[in-house]
Amino acid sequence: MFEFATLLAAESEEMPSVLAVPLDELIIGLIAFLIVFGGLAKFVLPKIKVTLDERANLIEGGLERAGKAEEEAAAVLAEYQQQLAGAREEASAIRTAAQSDRTAIIEEARNEARNAAAVVTASAEAAMAAERAQAVAALTRQVGELALTLADKVVGEALSDDARVAATVDSFITDLERAAAN
Amino acid sequence: MAFGVVASGGPDCHLFSGCGFPAPGAEIFQFDAILSFTIGGLAFNISKVTFLLFLAVVLILGFFGYAFRKPKLVPRGAQNVGELGYLFIRDGIVRETIGKGGDKFIPFLFSFFFLVWILNFWGVVPGAQLPVTSIFAIPVTFAIIVYVTWVPLGIYKQGFVGFFKNIMFPPGVPKAMYILLTPIELISNFLVRPFTHAVRLFANMFAGHLLLATFSVAAFYLLSFSVIGILGSAASFSLAVLLTGFEAFIQALQAYIFTLLAAVYIGSALHAEH
Repeated sequence: MFEFATLLAAESEEMPSVLAVPLDELIIGLIAFLIVFGGLAKFVLPKIKVTLDERANLIEGGLERAGKAEEEAAAVLAEYQQQLAGAREEASAIRTAAQSDRTAIIEEARNEARNAAAVVTASAEAAMAAERAQAVAALTRQVGELALTLADKVVGEALSDDARVAATVDSFITDLERAAAN
Repeated sequence: MAFGVVASGGPDCHLFSGCGFPAPGAEIFQFDAILSFTIGGLAFNISKVTFLLFLAVVLILGFFGYAFRKPKLVPRGAQNVGELGYLFIRDGIVRETIGKGGDKFIPFLFSFFFLVWILNFWGVVPGAQLPVTSIFAIPVTFAIIVYVTWVPLGIYKQGFVGFFKNIMFPPGVPKAMYILLTPIELISNFLVRPFTHAVRLFANMFAGHLLLATFSVAAFYLLSFSVIGILGSAASFSLAVLLTGFEAFIQALQAYIFTLLAAVYIGSALHAEH
């Protein structure tokens, strides 16, 4: 097709070698690069670098904030759980206290009732005793009086015969029964 | 790319028309000066090469200047594309080879990558159809710029003695090996490095352009009213299209390799090799 050797060695007057490096092309190439490099390095790339750094910071900051929020959430959860456990404990303590209170109250009420009953019983007994004493006293007096009366009557009726005495006693007893019936 | 060459073969130069195959040669890399002037005794020739070179400069500055004119935290439109390029250079090349300390070389390497890429890319742009980097002086210029950057940088960072000692006497090698190794290292780092840096880019673009030109010319030349002519022409044309796509890939790859090597050289100047 074509001969590479002749191509490279084609250093005739009108056609320089393809490996020739003319100074003007070197200088033009250098200028072209310097324009690109200078323009990009001075005006273009610093802007995008700043933006990218800013974005990286933002993302890192976001991650940091997210981490902090997570920590906070964990702390809140722990606190909440602690509070919950405390509340549970408190509730059970209250329940226990209520239980013992209830027993105490019942006991107290029972005691009170017992005491009241005792008081009532005592007063009733006292009243009964007093009434009994009174009745006994009254009876005693009455019996005495009756005895006296009976004695009077017995003495008054000439203690002549036993039949009369017996009749007197009988009438006395009848009188007594009548009185008792009344 | 082919039209100039076709013209040299003649518009009626086809198979069986008594005309030999006008193989494209070195002449497709020669361009007449549109404008010539002399500064300080040195003649400057403004040709298609110079025009495409400065058009690339304008395009790069124009695009990135536009894309990054008012960068937003949430990028939109052109800024997205520009950022993609910036992050490719920053994360894909600079931080990969130099590390975070190489961030101040981003503009330098960014400029190289996009300038080389666009200059390569002219090779497949209809109407331009010349990879500017296939003109040897252009890659040579770029390689020289890289060379005069990393060598003084290394001397500045590691000290004159330290820099040369690190390159000529790589650690972790038996002492006797230095007899062999030191001249090799010296030659490979200071002489071969800039040469291969320039030639790798140049040769790839040169060969690619020649290949495209050859098949395009063949497609034109073989076009005649005969079975072999039509088949040959169609095959050549298809190959030219296929190779154009392939070239577009090679162009980006070579721009990447050139920039990557520049970054590696700068990295070797910043930190002594272990």
